[in-house]
Amino acid sequence: MATENQTDSRRKVASAMDSSEMAISITDMHKWFGEFHVLKNINLKVRRGERIVICGPSGSGKSTLIRCINRLEEHQQGSIVVDGTELTHDLKNIEKIRSEVGMVFQHFNLFPHLTALENCALAPIWVRRTPKAKADEAAMKYLERVRIPEQANKYPGQLSGGQQQRVAIARSLCMNPRIMLFDEPTSALDPEMIKEVLEVMVELAESGMTMLVVTHEMGFATAVAHRVIFMDFGEIIEQNEPHEFFKNPQHDRTKLFLSQILHH
Amino acid sequence: MTESSTPQDYVPGTHPDLPPPVRTTGPIGWARINLFSSPFNIVLTLVAVYVLMSIIPPVVEWALVKSVWTAENRVDCWAQMEVPEGAACWAFVKSRLQLFIYGFYPQAERWRVQLSFVLLIFAILPVLYDKLPGRRHWFWYVVAFPFIAGWLLVGGFGLTPVDTDQFGGIMLAVVIGVTGISFSLPIGILLALGRQSDMPVLRLLCVLFIEFIRGVPLIVLLFVASTMLNYFLPPGTSFALLMRVLIMVTIFSAAYIAEVVRGGLQGIPIGQHEAADALGLTYWKAHRLIILPQALKISIPGIVNTFIGLFKDTTLVLIIGMLDPLGIGRAALADAEWAGLAREVYLFVAIFFFICCFSMSRYSLYLERKLHTGH
Repeated sequence: MATENQTDSRRKVASAMDSSEMAISITDMHKWFGEFHVLKNINLKVRRGERIVICGPSGSGKSTLIRCINRLEEHQQGSIVVDGTELTHDLKNIEKIRSEVGMVFQHFNLFPHLTALENCALAPIWVRRTPKAKADEAAMKYLERVRIPEQANKYPGQLSGGQQQRVAIARSLCMNPRIMLFDEPTSALDPEMIKEVLEVMVELAESGMTMLVVTHEMGFATAVAHRVIFMDFGEIIEQNEPHEFFKNPQHDRTKLFLSQILHH
Repeated sequence: MTESSTPQDYVPGTHPDLPPPVRTTGPIGWARINLFSSPFNIVLTLVAVYVLMSIIPPVVEWALVKSVWTAENRVDCWAQMEVPEGAACWAFVKSRLQLFIYGFYPQAERWRVQLSFVLLIFAILPVLYDKLPGRRHWFWYVVAFPFIAGWLLVGGFGLTPVDTDQFGGIMLAVVIGVTGISFSLPIGILLALGRQSDMPVLRLLCVLFIEFIRGVPLIVLLFVASTMLNYFLPPGTSFALLMRVLIMVTIFSAAYIAEVVRGGLQGIPIGQHEAADALGLTYWKAHRLIILPQALKISIPGIVNTFIGLFKDTTLVLIIGMLDPLGIGRAALADAEWAGLAREVYLFVAIFFFICCFSMSRYSLYLERKLHTGH
């Protein structure tokens, strides 16, 4: 029953997709690191509320791709439009986009000199100019949502990896982002901690957040993604609805990759 | 079931907390572990005790027990001792104490030095202790303090002007030290950020400045200050020598601080910059809130090291004719009434500098412990 509802809702999103505004629109985008051509002719349209999982072997450019979306990396050719604003050298645009796009990193990147609560309230206070009391209250709400309100006054160094990553998710959510980027959020975690982070991410997905997730957690992809993208050699090799993607991969490279990650 | 030597009379998981064996705790345990743990350690302990025993009692006897605290002059002083010249004659330092503290600052105006010193304490407190009530409100006072103190000490605007040539002694050392420390830190931080900037021209200027200043001895800079600086300034402007020294000491120390802070900045993982960027913080906000608090924390030992060096280097101004405590001491020794009491004078100056520098060192340790957040 539940899965039926889920596929149903997915279909609804899919049908509404064409008419609705794009959350992210990447056109003919290229990027080089010096001489090295990391991203080649990327075309990707992400609709509002869509959830995309990006997978691929290491060095395939998947992290670089999502880091281009909030300009942690600069692209050299083509265009990236996020929420109707094109990413250019204009610093104002970049800051605007960054404040609306949340990002969760593989190594959490919490601010070690601030408590969990301060980590969460910092950006609302200094970027959005929210009064401190209100920002703290909102931060507490998000810490409850990721189920660690009791750790609010601890420093990151005193928290486990899973707890740190959940604080990092709460920190991003405090900015009320319209899009969330996840760069291998569970790769640095012990197995028992992966679950607690994925649970939080699934809940977030159910709330309708637009999400781009670089991960090899195929269970997560099957459960919540609308689309799975496979990248290799800096290109998007194949993309499909998750069941179809796993059951029926088209490209040889995809088949090889899937056999490696599913059988090990 | 495993064999156990004594029958277990408690439910598993409820073993009571027992005190540790006596041998491992208390003074005896401490001495056993730290002083007598191995033959080598025992030898070290005994040698150390012997050395201390043969140094400390004679020094205490010379400096305190047999010392003379009131006398008219050198001869009078020695007359009061069992063995002439056999103990410290603090009467000399005592008779020159005013000179050591105030230099040649006019007697009638010395309350201004005392008031500045009290104001200095109130300016330092909110900087050093963040738990001070109402710390925020002190901020503007702290910023204004150098100007208030400058006005008090130099005079003008209603106060009798005092020529800076009359500054001397501990007061001079503190003026140079405090000015150098409080201005070189912000300038050094800006230089360090400039050196890491994406803007090539700014980066080049900062690198040139830092490398030039670091490449020249402070004494040379002080001579430049005392002889050449006026050539570089527009004609008609003339700075007091003290002002020129303050500028030179500040930029000298700023160049060192810049390198220390750069080391700290390099210790911050790139992920911290990325996380700050990803949240939409601007360059200045990211540095103020995220990067610098961490970088400066790592840099505390190096920064305090630079400050201690700066404070001790204030004695170098004696070479260009300014009388800091050491200069006052040397001048005092020229007095025929007291000549020959160099040990007392230099020990006194040494103790003054030691107290100041040791306090800075201890404060930096306290700060490091306080800022430690378990990472």
